[in-house]
Amino acid sequence: MSKYTEDDLREELKTKEYEYGFYTDIASDTFPIGLNEDIVRAISLKKGEPEWMTNWRLEAFKAWKEMTEPEWANVNYVKPDFQAISYYSAPNSKPKYDSLDEVDPELLATFAKLGISLDEQKKLTGVAMDVVVDSVSVATSFKKTLGEKGIIFCSISEAIKEHPELVKKYIGTIVPQRDNFYAALNSAVFSDGSFCYIPKGVRCPMELSTYFRINQAGTGQFERTLLIADEGSYVSYLEGCTAPSRDENQLHAAVVELIALDDAEIKYSTVQNWYPGNSEGKGGVYNFVTKRGLCEKNAKISWTQVETGSAVTWKYPSCVLKGDNSVGEFYSIAVTNNFQQADTGTKMVHLGKNTKSTIISKGISAGKSQNSYRGLVKISPNADNARNFSQCDSLLMGNECGAHTFPYIEAKNKTAKIEHEATTSKIGEDQIFYCNQRGIDTEKAIALIVNGFSKDVLNKLPMEFAVEAQKLLEISLEGSVG
Amino acid sequence: MLKIENLHASVEDKGILKGINLEIKAGEVHAIMGPNGSGKSTLASVIAGKEEYEVTKGNIVFNGEDIEDLAAEERAHKGIFLSFQYPVEIPGVSVTNFMKTAINETRKAKGLEDMPAKDMLKLIREKSELLEIDRKFLSRSLNEGFSGGEKKRNEIFQMAMLEPQLAILDETDSGLDIDALRIVANGVNKLKSKDNAVLVITHYQRLLDYIVPDFVHVLYNGRIVKSGGKELAHELEEKGYDWIKEEVNA
Repeated sequence: MSKYTEDDLREELKTKEYEYGFYTDIASDTFPIGLNEDIVRAISLKKGEPEWMTNWRLEAFKAWKEMTEPEWANVNYVKPDFQAISYYSAPNSKPKYDSLDEVDPELLATFAKLGISLDEQKKLTGVAMDVVVDSVSVATSFKKTLGEKGIIFCSISEAIKEHPELVKKYIGTIVPQRDNFYAALNSAVFSDGSFCYIPKGVRCPMELSTYFRINQAGTGQFERTLLIADEGSYVSYLEGCTAPSRDENQLHAAVVELIALDDAEIKYSTVQNWYPGNSEGKGGVYNFVTKRGLCEKNAKISWTQVETGSAVTWKYPSCVLKGDNSVGEFYSIAVTNNFQQADTGTKMVHLGKNTKSTIISKGISAGKSQNSYRGLVKISPNADNARNFSQCDSLLMGNECGAHTFPYIEAKNKTAKIEHEATTSKIGEDQIFYCNQRGIDTEKAIALIVNGFSKDVLNKLPMEFAVEAQKLLEISLEGSVG
Repeated sequence: MLKIENLHASVEDKGILKGINLEIKAGEVHAIMGPNGSGKSTLASVIAGKEEYEVTKGNIVFNGEDIEDLAAEERAHKGIFLSFQYPVEIPGVSVTNFMKTAINETRKAKGLEDMPAKDMLKLIREKSELLEIDRKFLSRSLNEGFSGGEKKRNEIFQMAMLEPQLAILDETDSGLDIDALRIVANGVNKLKSKDNAVLVITHYQRLLDYIVPDFVHVLYNGRIVKSGGKELAHELEEKGYDWIKEEVNA
């Protein structure tokens, strides 16, 4: 036996303590379940926020306490117990798995179909990565290019600290704290999200994607996005990922606010593929999102979304066309399969003169799912010569699913021109047989028909995103026709 | 090439084909005629493999292989083509995209790579010239808003692209005026060779003035009750189908 000195003992205790301390530190970074003022304060404190932000959160929390969960959507689910959720969990720095072999093979098969690279697969599933140099360097050069143009693109937590004047000026101006139940909840407890500012007259030279954002891990279930396009600027922003997102958090309540100042244009594209639950309808994410944009004079906002995931979706990306000659667009594909339920659409609020809006909604229902389009076109008394064109098409697969359309129109100005078209069709056995006879098997035939049906919207997506979205549609509907 | 033996088929338990025997060799043109409801279109669908039809007895042998258990797409891969009486619309899918998918799926089934885009373009150019089809037409959504004549020409264009061994033309003449009929028939004639075969299904003789058959068969009540040369078609045109019915029922 070698001698064991006091010094050795001290040394060992030191390292042990460090290890232990480090570990407990992480463990204690998840808050106890439940929601009260103290929790809201604690979240703000954890994030090192200034007092105005803490107060803003507290105001939201007060409002939320007085509100009740809305029930008007055409969806059925067990309401979440808001006191049974933990509202803060620090980003987990520990890898979930040591190698890809430990990851659910079904998930990996899906990745392969989507053509996602091995490195990306590791990143998405939370496997420890040896080679991070690539993505870091990409992100760094990316940041440099943006910085040269004066574009700010960072997490909202960072923005609150680094650019408080911008956040303070705009946050909650488009979606106020008390806007609705989930927006109020989000305002009180939002964990993180993205912030983007494009200076006057700047055309953002690349598609901004959350994928490239440094420090993106663990944005959590209450995401908050604020995007400001200053006068005469342009930005195309991509949100989400076609890769399936499995998340233990059942409830997701995000808020997105867009501000397009005079002559600015924002193109906001989303691909949402949250876990939809299994084929029996167990599990799956509840996605209650508030997305709204404001257009000043001559400004334009386009929302394009491909929604394939989530067990329950409740989402209405909207445009407030405040400035004269402003333009709002909404292009949407919503796919529901198995027991999924989606109630999605848009609101176009015409306030300014000569404002124009276009709505193209494509709903695809399969299995036992329910797919609803809900849209409001509102023309205020001062909105002379406002125009809207809406087209809502539904495609049904099988006999057990449902498609519903709830268009609301409020026109308070006689000069308004509003057009609404709606169709419902079913993938027919005749169409399938026709494809079969040309050598195309049933699975591929459905993909072809669905892609044809969705073409008007897919065309609005940035090129690479469109290709991925197309593959995603195929995968989402796999096995939906027996 | 195709040999049908004692074929019985039914849909929803109702017997429609009641013992068909037919042999078609490479290089031949056969016509199947018959009154409405005699089972002509059913025969076309059964050969092509439409699922709703159940083969209850007999065999369909294509190039020496029993095919009645194969899926419709597998039969297509082996070279069976059906020109539909009522081609369906597929909105948002262009004729070109549809053909590209069909050709590449067939190639995939044979273990081949996708056809290179350059070759695909060349093939499309070649075949659309052969059939005098305006190429603007090929970017339109499949059959959506097509006139009757356009739909049938599109069917023949697809046949040209897929180069089947056996082409079944199901009532290709229905809904066509005489000019459109001539164009479609010319297309078929240009595609005919000693290696392929055509089965024309028609109610009227007029198509057979343009696509001249080697054999004419009369289908009545689920059976081929009379076979002959092209002159049989003329006889039917003159006398109608009643004398056949009487002969059978006698």
